[in-house]
Amino acid sequence: MNETLEKRSMGLRASRAISNTIIYILLVLISVIWLIPFVCIVLQSFRVESTHMARYIIPHEWGWDNYVKLWNSDFKRWYLNTFVIALVVAVLQTVIVLCMSYTLSRFRFKMRDGLMRFMLILGLFPGMLTMIILYRVLKDLGLTQANAVPGLILVYIASSGMGYYVSKGFFDTLPKSLDEAARVDGATRAQVLTKIILPLAKPIVIYTILTAFMGPWGDFVFAKYVSFGTSAGMNVAVGMYGWLQLDQIGQRYTMFCAGGVIVAIPVTILFMCLQKYYVEGVTGGAVKG
Amino acid sequence: MNRYSDLEFLRLSKRQKFLYKLTSFFASIPRAIANFFLAIGRFFKNVGVGIGKEFADLFLTFKNGDWKTKTSYLVMGFGSIARGQVLRGLLFLLMEVVFIFYMITAGGHWMSMLPSLGKVGPHEEYDEILDLYTTTYGDNSFKILLYGVLTIFFIIAFIYTWRLNVKQNKIAEEYLKAGKRLKSGKDDLRSLVDESFYKTLLALPLTGILVFTVMPIVFMILVAFTNYDGAHNGYTNALFSWQGLANFRTLLTWSGSGVNYSATFGEILTWTLIWAFFATFTNYFLGMFVAMMINKKGIRLKKLWRTVLVMTIAIPQFISLLYVSKMFAKNGIVNEVLLNLGWIKHAIDFWGSTAHGGLLPRVMVIGINIWIGIPYLMLIATGILMNIPADLYESSRIDGANAWQQYTKITLPYMLFITGPYLLTSFTSNMNNFNVIYLLTGGAPTNAAASGAAGSVGFTDLLITWLFKITTGAEAQYYLASVVGIMVFVVVAAITLVVYNVLPSIKNEEDFQ
Repeated sequence: MNETLEKRSMGLRASRAISNTIIYILLVLISVIWLIPFVCIVLQSFRVESTHMARYIIPHEWGWDNYVKLWNSDFKRWYLNTFVIALVVAVLQTVIVLCMSYTLSRFRFKMRDGLMRFMLILGLFPGMLTMIILYRVLKDLGLTQANAVPGLILVYIASSGMGYYVSKGFFDTLPKSLDEAARVDGATRAQVLTKIILPLAKPIVIYTILTAFMGPWGDFVFAKYVSFGTSAGMNVAVGMYGWLQLDQIGQRYTMFCAGGVIVAIPVTILFMCLQKYYVEGVTGGAVKG
Repeated sequence: MNRYSDLEFLRLSKRQKFLYKLTSFFASIPRAIANFFLAIGRFFKNVGVGIGKEFADLFLTFKNGDWKTKTSYLVMGFGSIARGQVLRGLLFLLMEVVFIFYMITAGGHWMSMLPSLGKVGPHEEYDEILDLYTTTYGDNSFKILLYGVLTIFFIIAFIYTWRLNVKQNKIAEEYLKAGKRLKSGKDDLRSLVDESFYKTLLALPLTGILVFTVMPIVFMILVAFTNYDGAHNGYTNALFSWQGLANFRTLLTWSGSGVNYSATFGEILTWTLIWAFFATFTNYFLGMFVAMMINKKGIRLKKLWRTVLVMTIAIPQFISLLYVSKMFAKNGIVNEVLLNLGWIKHAIDFWGSTAHGGLLPRVMVIGINIWIGIPYLMLIATGILMNIPADLYESSRIDGANAWQQYTKITLPYMLFITGPYLLTSFTSNMNNFNVIYLLTGGAPTNAAASGAAGSVGFTDLLITWLFKITTGAEAQYYLASVVGIMVFVVVAAITLVVYNVLPSIKNEEDFQ
């Protein structure tokens, strides 16, 4: 009797060991697949002997040439543009999103349901559609090409109120009794927000700032439209996209890799530091729809 | 089909239960669609009744009101000022003055041009001093349409304010009759940080949405009814004008030969739906699978595996996508490795193969989208999986369930139930996933059969990248892009409506609080 039990548990242990081994192999495989492109980018950014696409990964000659070339190219300007956009958007978009989501979570006013439904419907229109006209309007305002940066900021923050879902979901989980207690003590609605809710909302504030900051680094289409071939108004995505086109890829491929590294490092570091908040926001957002 | 009560349902066998669920899902679709149209009907009825009530109220307020109220019908804010609510009154008056000034100086002009979208196009004019013909530019259709739309917005805002002004008078009269004190300007200002704090908070975000989202969408919907394109840009080469439903007819009617928009549209729409389906569900299930592997008891270094995947989220997509697309190029690293290993004899043209209707590039974009998407899904799934009560698994194990049974009976239903709305939004956003397609393939390879009608169309082109293509270049067909955009909206909205009405997990939002 005892023996059979022992045998069975040994069998269980063996099968668990096998399944765990398979899982470890898969996880290592996954990690490799996910990291290979980035490892390649970093390695190729140090390649000195040639600048075109090569059929090998590890450089024959190592050096900082590509980074020096970056420093002497328009890349500096693009990087500064993107950084300024990301910084301003991170601040203003966060303010707008918080206003919107807090209001929709806490106030019950006449137009509320209609408003939310209306924004849901608006969100179903492809955003691409509005680009043509936004471009023309920005052009009339003189905010395109070399002046694209303020134009892009304006467009990014103007519609950011539509993305209130995740943080509204967060505010919904804060108990309403907090508000009511403060109101009984004589606080105005504005004071409730600034004194009670905001300190509690730190995770969602950080999540909003983080996503707002990361957005502009990847925006491509509209930035391309607005800068329209003027190097001074480009962001990194638009500028570096040009480097991989047929006429430039021969001279700029390794520069693209170096630029990719320079762009990815600060964003990644910031992201890894604030990872906890990002994970909370993403999971919360998916659960509450 | 016959409906079962809860008890009868429990008595059914597994197969019957599944069949029952399936049939009731499909049976509920017509009802969902019918409900949709009923809701639209109700909406218009409510609007009609509402407008009727408004007019009746306007009439009664005028009839029963005193002279202050009656004057307010013409001079906005007069009643408020006369009754001591100076701040409100002045704001109403200011609105009226600005409105009249605008309509006389500009608005009237734009409104009068709106029906024709401009009368005088660019034309050659003889210049006597220089003794040659020079081009003179006339009206600007684009500006007429744009400012026409803005003026209509302004008129609506004015009518609303005017109505509000009349209502204010009625309320004030009632207050005074009841012997109550009217709110002063100070009270109004204080309420903006208290009871009406929501107005303060919403003012800025909603203005932004109105100007930069609503107005452009209205404008672009109107463009679908014109012939605005590269050859009729409204100013420098030719005016554009209203075309009625002609553009919709071109896109949707089947013309057997020659330029065939409907075939192109149908082809791209089909691929868009296939793409959205696979992009959503491959990510969903594989992401869940990865999350479950990492979460499994006894697996070590959980944090490391997670960090590796999460790190890839941080790197801007344009870098990773552009780089990966080059890795799979014909002379890229992947081909080189495969050639060296001797697995293939000739380099594979991952992005250029048109065999089997562009099957290879299509599979490739779906595959690389998995690479992009799994980290997000892994995060989401991890969060949800941790919330599943552990005793569910415990008790099922005692009942003798194996891992697969646990997955299909506990994990999957729980995940599907909770993430239903998320799946829906991710399906629709995949339909509009511009970045992945554009940065990977740019729509390539060219689909010769579908091209021609509206420029070149590729096998991996989604509706959204097609839309982008037809809005760029000298032959831009803005009107066609608008029509396509509207069609995308119709498809997405239809899917959303039907799924939302069928989904089990439509949650009452108050339940959360």
